[in-house]
Amino acid sequence: MADRIKLQVARYRPEQESEVTYDEFEVPCPKDWVVLDGLNHVKDRMDGTLAYRWSCRMGICGSCGMMVNGEPKLTCATFLSEYAPGPIRVEPLRNFPVIRDLIVDIGDFMRKLVTVKPWIVRDEERPLSAGEYRQTPQEMDEYKPYSMCINCMLCYSACPIYGLDPKFLGPAAIALAQRYNLDNRDQGSGERMEVLSEHEGIWGCTFVGECTKVCPKHVDPAGSIQRYKLTAALESMKSFFVPRGA
Amino acid sequence: MTPSHDVVLVGGGGAGLRAAIAIAETNPRLNIAVVSKVYPMRSHTVSAEGGAAGAIAPDDSLDEHCYDTISGGDWLCDQDAVEAFVKEAPEELLRLEHWGCPWSREADGRIAVRPFGGMKKMRTWFAADKTGFHMLHTLFQTSLKYASVVRYDEWFVTKLLVDDGRVQGVIAIDLKSGKIEAITARAVILCTGGCGKVFPFTTNAAIKSGDGMALAYRAGAPLKDMEFMQYHPTGLPFTGILITEAARSEGGYLINKDGYRYLQDYNLGTPQPQPVFRSMELGPRDRLSQAFMKELEKGRTIETPYGHVVHLDLRHLGEKKITAKIPFVRELCMKYQNLDPVKDLIPVRPVVHYMMGGIHTDINGATPLPGLYAAGEAACVSINGANRLGSNSLPELLVFGARAGKAAAEYASLGLQINPRIIAQKTDEHRRIEHDLLNKKGKERIATIRDEMQKSMEGSSGIYRTGASLRKGMEEIRRLQERYAGLAIEDHSKTFNTERVSALELSCMLDVAESIVTAATRREESRGAHQRTDFPKRDDQRYLAHSLIYRNADGSARVDYLPVTITRWPPGERIYGEAKPHGGPNKAAGSALSSGAGV
Repeated sequence: MADRIKLQVARYRPEQESEVTYDEFEVPCPKDWVVLDGLNHVKDRMDGTLAYRWSCRMGICGSCGMMVNGEPKLTCATFLSEYAPGPIRVEPLRNFPVIRDLIVDIGDFMRKLVTVKPWIVRDEERPLSAGEYRQTPQEMDEYKPYSMCINCMLCYSACPIYGLDPKFLGPAAIALAQRYNLDNRDQGSGERMEVLSEHEGIWGCTFVGECTKVCPKHVDPAGSIQRYKLTAALESMKSFFVPRGA
Repeated sequence: MTPSHDVVLVGGGGAGLRAAIAIAETNPRLNIAVVSKVYPMRSHTVSAEGGAAGAIAPDDSLDEHCYDTISGGDWLCDQDAVEAFVKEAPEELLRLEHWGCPWSREADGRIAVRPFGGMKKMRTWFAADKTGFHMLHTLFQTSLKYASVVRYDEWFVTKLLVDDGRVQGVIAIDLKSGKIEAITARAVILCTGGCGKVFPFTTNAAIKSGDGMALAYRAGAPLKDMEFMQYHPTGLPFTGILITEAARSEGGYLINKDGYRYLQDYNLGTPQPQPVFRSMELGPRDRLSQAFMKELEKGRTIETPYGHVVHLDLRHLGEKKITAKIPFVRELCMKYQNLDPVKDLIPVRPVVHYMMGGIHTDINGATPLPGLYAAGEAACVSINGANRLGSNSLPELLVFGARAGKAAAEYASLGLQINPRIIAQKTDEHRRIEHDLLNKKGKERIATIRDEMQKSMEGSSGIYRTGASLRKGMEEIRRLQERYAGLAIEDHSKTFNTERVSALELSCMLDVAESIVTAATRREESRGAHQRTDFPKRDDQRYLAHSLIYRNADGSARVDYLPVTITRWPPGERIYGEAKPHGGPNKAAGSALSSGAGV
């Protein structure tokens, strides 16, 4: 294996230029270096102006998602050697406005997340003195996969629907709504239905399944969306046959 | 128009978010701001793995949790704070359950607990081995329902606004636009986490640069017990990724190059096939990390390209248990170490993990500086003493995040006015970070100074220290501080200037490094995580006291001592690996745990 590899890194500096350009950097390529190590090498030793986000370097904080050779990846969990002999093209996550270099604006997701009420909704709060809600391991399995979302945005970047229609709620927000809908402690599915059942909610999804393929935490957003479509269809049939207030 | 809030929280991790919710619930009329250099769900709480201690088992008691914590902390814990902590921890963990945290359960749906290092009962709540991740996302998502909480995501705080001896807000950079803004507040709570990045090999995320500690110190609040830095005994070489203590509490063995469970040679008990409370692999972290160093001296460790290691052996646990109880351990090993713990040994070595010290606060999170509060790893309430027990830090975030939130809410409700002249401080700060820093045209790279600082800290203030190593370390840190003035800044733009942030973080780290070395130099004894080979004994006559470091007007440091609060547990010997019960009716201490069974 070559001991060095070339990174072609997308640059965008809005104060200086209106177009994206590419800079090429040759970095060391030991077998345990990830793409993020390569970027850190560039920033520390070669070009201090390169801008990107990162933090935990263990695949759990969700900061360092980027396009690596055209695929959305967590750069802390993507090894340089997988791409030998290179070059490796590193770009900001697709489908988001770029703020600078490899940093994208995720404000749209943050606003959508609130609309699905990702918290336990109760008709009546349980007092602490009543102890815990019972939840068997089987009941937890119902929602647990959807609770593993790290908000890394790879699914939004992979989703062709979100790319065409930015109003679409998107994979992670829907999966997180389902995370609460399917939790036996929650009573908020009715409140969430309004947002999820809108045209830009679940119905926007045409089940391409790219979100599930790129998810680094096996959340399966596509599965959550399909499952919710069935729920919503049944609910709407129920409301057709059983008028409200009946 | 200057943004103004009743309470500003700096940091949006576990402590910050818990505090925000506490304020919103204490007084819904208060206007709360969470200012964080990263989106809250990126905060380092996310990386915590093993669990959160709260005594709930029928055979457990608050007193036993107190005793384990106090003896684990080598009697440097304030016992009134520990008593409040262990009492409120189960309530807080239960509250999080009501908010949706997916705590692991028994078959009948009740909360499950697991054993943990230094604890003599099963009392650690867990969400598989992603406990911090689930706690953080539960807190973040729950915080979204409070309209009174506004967020400043990706704003970096550079200074506390102080006037009339009272903290009245912060100055921060909006990273996206580069704008420098004063944000005024009647009270400020620092929840910025730890400072592991001061050292070269750490489990801590890139963002853990001790910013809040430096902000408080510069504003005149003292830092406490900074000489106590915890090395976790089991980090993966090269990456420093943590392999949770839960791997050992579920039954993992630590073995040296001969396959020998070496902890038996270090007064930690005799090896049993099953894990035993407060014994062997379930001993406290300081003692285990020190045992590694002794094995290294004896030539019984394994040499790798990334330093010497020992092995963590989980193979006998079997695939089913590993996948059910510690799936993240397996995921991390496969991804980053290219091995499968079901059939391979895991190479591990001690790694800088947690700062026991921090911003000095009282039991309600208040610092001596009016209007300033702190909670979480950034703070030192003194429940961790000289060595924190695993699974005490997550409940600490909740208990003292909530306490600080309530106390700050009450203070902010007093109606004290913000002095309008405080905004003028923005001009000075603007000059410092816009003009002086961005236009630095020196030759020193940020990374060079950072690397040298980290190397120096490992040399001077590692697991074992001496007066000589610390004096040398102090000279090196002072020289690095001088060299900082000659920094090279290549990035002169405003939009998301991460190089400017790195430079500001580096200056925080240099201040924190200096405080660590200063406190370690002054403490001429060995206690918990602070081991002086030139003073190998604990000295309760001189040092049953917290160190407090103040910054003098000329930038130099002044050290004072504050006696430890003792309520019911007079200083004693730390005994591990022995069947003799301590301080309570527990007869089970030292007996083998039934593997995998519930409580």
